[in-house]
Amino acid sequence: MLIINCPICGPRPEIEFRYGGEAHVARPAGTETLDDQTVADRLYMRTNPKGLHFERWRHAHGCGKYFNAVRDTVSDFFVTTYKAGEPKPDVAALLKDQAR
Amino acid sequence: MLDVPTRRITAFADRSFASPADKAVRIAEASPAARFVVRGRAAVPQTAAVALGFPLATDVCRAALGGERVALWLGPDEWLVIAPEHEAESLGAALASALAGVPHALVDVSHRNVGLTVSGPKASYILNHGCPLDLSLAAFPVGMCTRTILAKAEVVLWRTAEDAFRLECWRSFGPYVADFLEEARTEFK
Ligand SMILES: [Zn+2]
Repeated sequence: MLIINCPICGPRPEIEFRYGGEAHVARPAGTETLDDQTVADRLYMRTNPKGLHFERWRHAHGCGKYFNAVRDTVSDFFVTTYKAGEPKPDVAALLKDQAR
Repeated sequence: MLDVPTRRITAFADRSFASPADKAVRIAEASPAARFVVRGRAAVPQTAAVALGFPLATDVCRAALGGERVALWLGPDEWLVIAPEHEAESLGAALASALAGVPHALVDVSHRNVGLTVSGPKASYILNHGCPLDLSLAAFPVGMCTRTILAKAEVVLWRTAEDAFRLECWRSFGPYVADFLEEARTEFK
């Protein structure tokens, strides 16, 4: 079973978790002035990369908290996880560490 | 006037837990209890101590004990308090007044949950039939508690001794969870 590292509880089995979509999608300021296309893009358009993806997960059957993860969408490998609200980690440095 | 007889019927009223497998692992219904879910931020654990007699655990996945009461850490802002059944009214009122000054949520879930105890030399082995956690003593020591999965049910698991666990689940999941554990220990009959 895939093990996911909850930033609060530590390593736990994947079936305790729920996927929560792409992370770091910021709500733009002044939404009342935006045109429809910008609003639609923000609501529906995602990066959908082949490779490293910043995404939200929730430890639904554990501590209940949302957190962020960097996962490779090709290999399903979790590069790292970090608490919600923390800045994007330096993924290039992390990957270099792991390659060592 | 309609006269409705009121009687508590537990989720396991018609069930006998006695089994030849008891020597390997015993399953038993925990006595009826008062239960509260307490939620809130940093000030809540200490503030609740006024009513509880001890602060809520702030260590991840740890139970805080005092007398016959226990507060199980479920998340960084969420605890399950379990106390003797007769304290349902008094402890609820005491918690509400103690926490009145800080933002919090306090919900009486006494009748939402049922408790089971699973004990004996094969207790963790049986739980691992449906629970994917590492239940070795090193990874899941005495005093550790967490919300997790048992087969298709969400449960709260608390290790009360090296070979004993208390398991809490929603009342409607109770028969399923009991059946699952019963089936898991068939090999010891
Ligand atoms: Zn967690």
